Amino acid sequence: MTSSLTQSDKRGVAGDRVFSALTVSAGVLILLTLAFVALFLTVNSRDAVYQEDQGGWILTAFFDYAYPLVIGTLIASFIALILAAPVAVGVALYISHYAPPRFSKGIGYVIDLLAAIPSVVYGAWGMSFLGPALIPVYGWLHENLGFIPLFAGDPSQTGRTIFTAGVVLGVMILPIITSVCREIFIQTPKLHEEAALALGATRWEMIKMSVFPFARAGIISGIMLGLGRALGETMAVALVLSPGMLTASLISSGNSTIPAEIALGFPEAPPGSERQAQLIAIGLVLFLITLLVNMTARWIVSRHKEFSGAN
Amino acid sequence: MSKRVDVVDLNVYYGDFLAVEGVNMNIDAQAVTAFIGPSGCGKTTLLRSLNRMHEVLPGARVKGQLLLDGEDIYESGVDPVTVRTQVGMVFQRPNPFPTMTIRENVLAGYKLNGARLSKSQSEEIVETSLRSANLWNEVKDRLDRPGSGLSGGQQQRLCIARTIAVKPDVILMDEPCSALDPISTLAIEDLIGELQQDYTVIIVTHNMQQAARVSQKTAFFNIAGTGKPGKLIEYDDTTSIFNTPQEKSTEDYVSGRFG
Repeated sequence: MTSSLTQSDKRGVAGDRVFSALTVSAGVLILLTLAFVALFLTVNSRDAVYQEDQGGWILTAFFDYAYPLVIGTLIASFIALILAAPVAVGVALYISHYAPPRFSKGIGYVIDLLAAIPSVVYGAWGMSFLGPALIPVYGWLHENLGFIPLFAGDPSQTGRTIFTAGVVLGVMILPIITSVCREIFIQTPKLHEEAALALGATRWEMIKMSVFPFARAGIISGIMLGLGRALGETMAVALVLSPGMLTASLISSGNSTIPAEIALGFPEAPPGSERQAQLIAIGLVLFLITLLVNMTARWIVSRHKEFSGAN
Repeated sequence: MSKRVDVVDLNVYYGDFLAVEGVNMNIDAQAVTAFIGPSGCGKTTLLRSLNRMHEVLPGARVKGQLLLDGEDIYESGVDPVTVRTQVGMVFQRPNPFPTMTIRENVLAGYKLNGARLSKSQSEEIVETSLRSANLWNEVKDRLDRPGSGLSGGQQQRLCIARTIAVKPDVILMDEPCSALDPISTLAIEDLIGELQQDYTVIIVTHNMQQAARVSQKTAFFNIAGTGKPGKLIEYDDTTSIFNTPQEKSTEDYVSGRFG
């Protein structure tokens, strides 16, 4: 039976189906890719934790190998975040709320340009310029604050320390965090900004009252994106850092990060060997750390949903 | 406390564009004054220049004098932030701070002034302000819920409570009921009638019945055409504006024979 209700716009329906199929397949594709990466890492890292001729499971051996690298990775990324996040939020605020409109576009482009520089260039800069430039700073820190374990130990003579690597990473993640924050800051509803101003808020108070609360989730997302890059950055760290044993000191040579370890070790590891499996296994560990970081970020963002202004 | 507002030869600009030209008017304290006129005639622009909110937009500026009990708010050296603490504003769309609770919204102005309030003081401010905004009974059990969870009309009354909590001298209202249903509108109109006892209220409205209901004085603004500046056509007692207007265009507008 056909009535005016059972007929429909055929072309419209077909378009709707095609588009829905496209989005679904895009979503499935990204999940599949991720699943395959996880599978590849898991399967190939088996030899790192299980060896027949060494009596089965060798988890302790792997743990002893992996934990200094995990800690090194976290330290370098943490230094990068501490340095970059406040600067990035400040730069983004300057662009969105303080700079005269004529300049703000230009500054935005320059910041975005920073993101386009290849990481090997950052590495070279860190190794040959920033490292040596920081040597006197390390010397000073050691002399005056040497009682803190972070600044104990012999200061590096080349400047190629985990701290230098952290600084280089900080510069590298600055543009990502800045871009995300800037986009969010600009989107703050005028209505909320004017609500604060009309109550007698200065510009900074207005930013505290309406811009930051509105942008909170975006700032966290930006920082997490930056952290993701810092955790996974390979080339710059591999060039800057002269790797070594785990040490609490930030200013002496030593420490290494997972990506740098993989990049430096992989070319020398025979295919199929235990060493290669070991490198893939720490890759899996890095994968899990990143996953954990992102999930934590989501959780933080979703905690105050009710107050987010989205309702 | 309420203060009178005197506008002297005021021109309001957006960059080079003259939006409002040559306004002279004396607005009484403890009274409700309505601004009416067609869209684009500069009512809102003029209203926003009364608490220096106009200049928040890039390129926006003002020439002339605006006297708040005889003191020019556009004199050099006057801090717009101070002006805005004395001249509060309620906007077209309700805009409670979405990340704050109802209580925090009411106290937002105090927080800005850096006032240290004891618990009992802040409780008292919250209750009095919400009571004067006719909202207390509806929200007293959920002061710690987000302000954005209220209905549109309640949100607008919360914004009024936030404005009167800091005890301004003048309250500006920019079409405060245009986003609200008739019942909420009635609630706000009743409230405006009560606010008049303590404050100077200036309201922009597109609704002529509303102007007739709530105001003692009415100012009619008009433009000669697109791109021309808005002008104050007639300013008088509300009853005169609606019953015996002196200008032809005022009569056309209030009787609905406009354009």
